[in-house]
Amino acid sequence: MIEVKNLSKEFEGNLVLNDISATFRNGIVNMIIGKSGSGKTVFLKCMVGLIRATSGEILYEGHNLLTMKRKEIKLLRREMGMLFQGSALFDSKTVLENVMFPLDMFSRLSKKERRKRAEFCLERVNLLQAAHLYPSEISGGMMKRAAIARAIALNPKYLFCDEPNSGLDPQTSQLIDGLLAGIIKDFGITSVIVTHDMNSVMNIGEHIVFLNEGIKEWEGPKEKLNDSDNEALKKFVFASDVFKKNKEAEGQIEQVKEEELIFKMRRENPKKK
Amino acid sequence: MSLSGLLESVGEYAVLMKQVLMPPDRLREFFKEFLKEIHKLGVTSIWLVVIISLFIGAVIVMQLALNLTYPFLPSYTVGVVSREIILLEFSSTIMCLILSGKVGSNIASEIGTMRITEQIDALEIIGINSANYLILPKIMAFVVFMPVLVVFSIFVGLLGGYIICTFTGNPPVATYVYGLRAFFREFFIWYSIAKSMIFGFIISSVSAYFGYNVHGGALDVGKASTDSVVINSVLILMTDLVFTQLVMG
Repeated sequence: MIEVKNLSKEFEGNLVLNDISATFRNGIVNMIIGKSGSGKTVFLKCMVGLIRATSGEILYEGHNLLTMKRKEIKLLRREMGMLFQGSALFDSKTVLENVMFPLDMFSRLSKKERRKRAEFCLERVNLLQAAHLYPSEISGGMMKRAAIARAIALNPKYLFCDEPNSGLDPQTSQLIDGLLAGIIKDFGITSVIVTHDMNSVMNIGEHIVFLNEGIKEWEGPKEKLNDSDNEALKKFVFASDVFKKNKEAEGQIEQVKEEELIFKMRRENPKKK
Repeated sequence: MSLSGLLESVGEYAVLMKQVLMPPDRLREFFKEFLKEIHKLGVTSIWLVVIISLFIGAVIVMQLALNLTYPFLPSYTVGVVSREIILLEFSSTIMCLILSGKVGSNIASEIGTMRITEQIDALEIIGINSANYLILPKIMAFVVFMPVLVVFSIFVGLLGGYIICTFTGNPPVATYVYGLRAFFREFFIWYSIAKSMIFGFIISSVSAYFGYNVHGGALDVGKASTDSVVINSVLILMTDLVFTQLVMG
């Protein structure tokens, strides 16, 4: 479990995150949502320690990241996997080498075992056929999948994803969502996924944290998302295509029902208009 | 750049070097990267060194032969002076200035691109000391390979002079060779190699500093690359002055 308490981050006097507290339980898909510039990525990077928070606490099973020594952070990071927005695969290595890299650095497995583990991870994301290719030779969706395989190579306890669907078509996005949800469930990982894609939220999200202009406006289960009175959240949620389509579909059903009713009335009372 | 900005940069550079100059996480991976960098930074620079040294060596001899025409100077002076120029300054300092353009911009742009594409963050998340993993093999490789490039440059530079003497006969080949061997001090070779190793450290570490601290996008990578070459050139010239005074003065 990861607990964030009163986290704030300031960049040269500009408060980007303001007193955020949230809890991320393991084995479920935790999502941080919010519009662009709301501080989602900064929040995620503070959580993993890539950006140093100005104040607050980030507790990993009760241990505060902000007071840890460098060596302790290094050890904690070996339990983390992260999927970056642009995949961040190493250009000079093939897909297989990318996935093997964390194993090469930190596992005590033999070369054969490391290779086997990397192939297992690639198979888990259906990418074994591209193992010999370089990142520049594969598509964006494949890069994301390779990055997921690399993130899970060391069997992480915590998985962080920054906009896993950005720049992908809806079909590939669904595929990535399915993969992430499957991996999180199968391995009981504590996950935090940053996204502004409501399709993803509705597909796989379970626990949602909504950020708006650096402030946590709402936190709760996905099912209660529609019941919230928070104006900013409503605006954000109903601006998305998913709900627009639902609304349009509802409108169309209403219209059809109305037309059916008129038709029925006309049939029953042919004289009446 | 203001004084406070300069001091801040020096401080950042010192902190980065503290991170870099640590024992590697995995020696096996370090040696793998070290050998790759030897090839990328050193071996691929040999042709540049050979071509430039050959022509500059030839031109130095040609210029000296045409302009050192005082009757009281012995004809082998051309060989002596061209040897000293190539050995003391050209093959170490001028060649390093040229290499700072090729190698320095390569290092700065490579690390800078890794920074803006979050590859450095990815290393950190895996639990790797990214500065140590990326920069140490480059510094070590370039410092270790620098003497090889200097020796190549000295040899090919003198060969350029030999070739020009063969074709023009001014001075005659035998006189030129006699000049090369006259009053030779072996110490100059060690001096040249030591100097080039210091320059090798400056080029690789300063360029890595600029690349590692890139913030922004492609334009910033280009700027970091240019800045690294400019600062490297200034530092090389200043270090040359100080080192020469300390060792030769």
